[in-house]
Amino acid sequence: MAPASRRGTKMMLRRLHQRRLQERRQRQALEAGRRLFPFHGGLRLRHHKTISCEHPLERTPLPQRLYVPLLQQSGREAEPVVGEGQQVLKGETIGRFRQWGSGYVHAPTSGVVSAIIEHPISHPSGMEGRCVVIRPDGLDSWIEPDPAENWPERSPEELLRRIRESGIVGLGGAMFPTAFKVSDARDKGIHTLILNGSECEPYISCDEVLMREQPDSIVLGARILQRAVGAERTIIAIEDQMGAVHHALRDAVERSGADAIDVIKVITLYPEGAEKQLIQVLTGLEVPSGGRPADLGLLCQNVATATAVARAVVEGKPLVERIVTVTGNGIRKPRNVLAAIGTPIADVVEQAGGYLPGAARLVLGGPMMGFPLANDRNPVTKAANCILVLNEEDLVEPQAELPCIRCGECAAACPARLLPQQLNRFIRAGRWSETAETGLADCIECGCCDIVCPSQIPLVEWFRFGKSQLRERAEERARADLARRRFEAREERLDRQKKERKQRITEKKKALRDRQVSRDRIAEAVARSRKRRENDA
Amino acid sequence: MNRPFDTGMAPHYSPSVTVGGVMRQVLYALVPGIAAHAWFFGPGVLFQILLAAVFAIGLEALALMVRRKPVRLFLGDYSAVVTAVLFALCVPPLAPWWIALVGMVFAILIAKHLYGGLGGNLFNPAMVGYVVVLVSFPQVMTAWLPASGITGQAPGWVDSALTIIAGQPPGGVGWDAISSATLLDAIRNSASTGVSIESLRGTAVFGSAAGRGWEWVALGYALGGAWLLARRVISWQVPAAVIGSALALGALAWLADPGHNPSPIIDLLSGALVLGAFFIATDPVSGCTSPKGRLFFGAGVGILTIVIRRWGGYPDGLAFAVLLMNMAAPLIDRFTRPRIFGHERQ
Repeated sequence: MAPASRRGTKMMLRRLHQRRLQERRQRQALEAGRRLFPFHGGLRLRHHKTISCEHPLERTPLPQRLYVPLLQQSGREAEPVVGEGQQVLKGETIGRFRQWGSGYVHAPTSGVVSAIIEHPISHPSGMEGRCVVIRPDGLDSWIEPDPAENWPERSPEELLRRIRESGIVGLGGAMFPTAFKVSDARDKGIHTLILNGSECEPYISCDEVLMREQPDSIVLGARILQRAVGAERTIIAIEDQMGAVHHALRDAVERSGADAIDVIKVITLYPEGAEKQLIQVLTGLEVPSGGRPADLGLLCQNVATATAVARAVVEGKPLVERIVTVTGNGIRKPRNVLAAIGTPIADVVEQAGGYLPGAARLVLGGPMMGFPLANDRNPVTKAANCILVLNEEDLVEPQAELPCIRCGECAAACPARLLPQQLNRFIRAGRWSETAETGLADCIECGCCDIVCPSQIPLVEWFRFGKSQLRERAEERARADLARRRFEAREERLDRQKKERKQRITEKKKALRDRQVSRDRIAEAVARSRKRRENDA
Repeated sequence: MNRPFDTGMAPHYSPSVTVGGVMRQVLYALVPGIAAHAWFFGPGVLFQILLAAVFAIGLEALALMVRRKPVRLFLGDYSAVVTAVLFALCVPPLAPWWIALVGMVFAILIAKHLYGGLGGNLFNPAMVGYVVVLVSFPQVMTAWLPASGITGQAPGWVDSALTIIAGQPPGGVGWDAISSATLLDAIRNSASTGVSIESLRGTAVFGSAAGRGWEWVALGYALGGAWLLARRVISWQVPAAVIGSALALGALAWLADPGHNPSPIIDLLSGALVLGAFFIATDPVSGCTSPKGRLFFGAGVGILTIVIRRWGGYPDGLAFAVLLMNMAAPLIDRFTRPRIFGHERQ
């Protein structure tokens, strides 16, 4: 056989293989949840959840001032639509969509807008942002709600509009605008909606409490989201240690009469609540690097987001409060509270009995991926699932940092199957192309490597630094590319202009010549006629 | 209100493992093997461990001071002690004191600190130290003692100490009078003299299954190794690959020519194979890091060990095998990178 045709056969075989792989993946995705799969690495962590789960859910009393950040989604600040001294009702829009990336923010209670100021906004970067400060009037009176009557007959577009205008974002902590995520997924085609109730980080129990206390609302939200995204079925994934939750949800599904909702228990292993790992557990498939679950026909939403959707569509009430776990060894009475968005964390901690002596670190989120807050003036935001206060003993490092001994424990624990020890080496040496090749972008910053490292290397911190460096370099390269393209375009334009000018000149010359010719011709004609006249005469 | 907090970054969870903790567990796991060693060959091995550890700690502290590193922190990682103990276990129990000194100078100063200290060394420090003294002082380094069952009594505490300090056996006895060939030596000699391996069975050097005394020492190391595996201090890949590949190659040679090649059981329980499989080739710094890479690394160590035993110039080859595979480790690691999540197989 000739080499060319052999290569052709090889290519054909490869394409065939890829198509078969694709088909298998589709089948596997459609069967999500039928059987469970393992994921690489992960850690069994001590749960620390019961301490906050034992008390019933309590509502935090309204504080003296609410500080409602205008930036409450991954993106940009909303535009304030209220002024100082203005009276607002609970649920009234106080910030609205202005430009790409911004969203809607609503008044969490009725009262008076006392100011719009720069204030800490519980952001991972520690930065400040504009907050609408509301002085509650104590009446907590709602704006006239606008429920969607008979929602199953409303179009997905309308459902999405209501979700967007109710200011709903991913309540699991990412704050990604839900309507945007759903409509983007809808365009790609979704067959299965996954509601993520596998709250895998230690200490956090707000979703567990929610699933126990409001299962009907979650099921309702699931059905609305399923319709909005056009999925055929829904999986509600919970941890196998949440016994009561399973019953509550199953009964709620039965009550709702929905036939395409399955409640599935997954093993409790950190970080199986991370979107990519949960999908791997349910389907055995990996979300492609740089891709999204929608590439597999799946959409993931947090269970709390589903209740917010149900409230927004069926009751017409926007997102103005959330359940927050207040816990940790630095908290006197750990519990879950229902807090208005904008409540200063100090007030929420007060509700949980205040700090214990020795409270040293205030974390928003869980112990593995949460970020520290410099003070408790920061407000509760839509992303604030957990306020964790650690004491001094929690923070004692068993030993100072030592060099890497290449033990490989980090690689064994990494759910992204990376080699953290290699990444660490490359980042420290500033070897950026190798860093990128070793897959830094695929790091989900779950912290597993950090926990198992016997040398106590702060690996995740290095990885965050490395990512920022790679981003900066990519931006720089993009800027350089842009400059180069501009330069080339300019060169081309100048060149074109030069050519055009040249052409114009030659054309003009030709025209001139032509004019000369015609002038000559006229002269000739004149001369001829004159001659004829002379002859006639 | 407005109470300030510390802003350390996630994860906000203190790790529970430390390098010192790992190394200490390795030391505990060596205890059964060392005990068997002392039982059969006298307390000399304990003196060797003590000497090597003292030299190692001293040299480590010196190197750390010269390199301006925190001495207390790095001594607390126990890696120098582990190096010293592994070295001492490879040295004949009555070897003179300066053997430990020379070995530790090469292990700690040259193999470890010249390469950047903890985590930086390309070669296994204990094996570097051992190979240096083995090739430089072959006579002292092959003066192994017979197991106590053979001559009746192993040298006592005082005799051992005096011999090590003086560098001479007490009472003007020569080395030849007290030392004895090991089973591996006998096997090596049998290759040149044409004596069949089977005829070694029943001689003084042969115990129940392999070298007298040595078989129990090997079992002691295996016990400790199993404990390390159970505690997940070491991963299974390296020991399994070292022992598996050594047994496989040994078995092939034995099946091909049982008269001139020892059985795999003899291979397994003689020399440093078990010690190496669980304690030496598992050194993370100079070995491979990926699970697949560790399989290749271990297999290389096992195969090279048997190759050297059968066809090389030394009765045992584990130290050389480890050092050779140390050289190959970075390359193996490069070619055994796991597929990253969400990426297609290359």
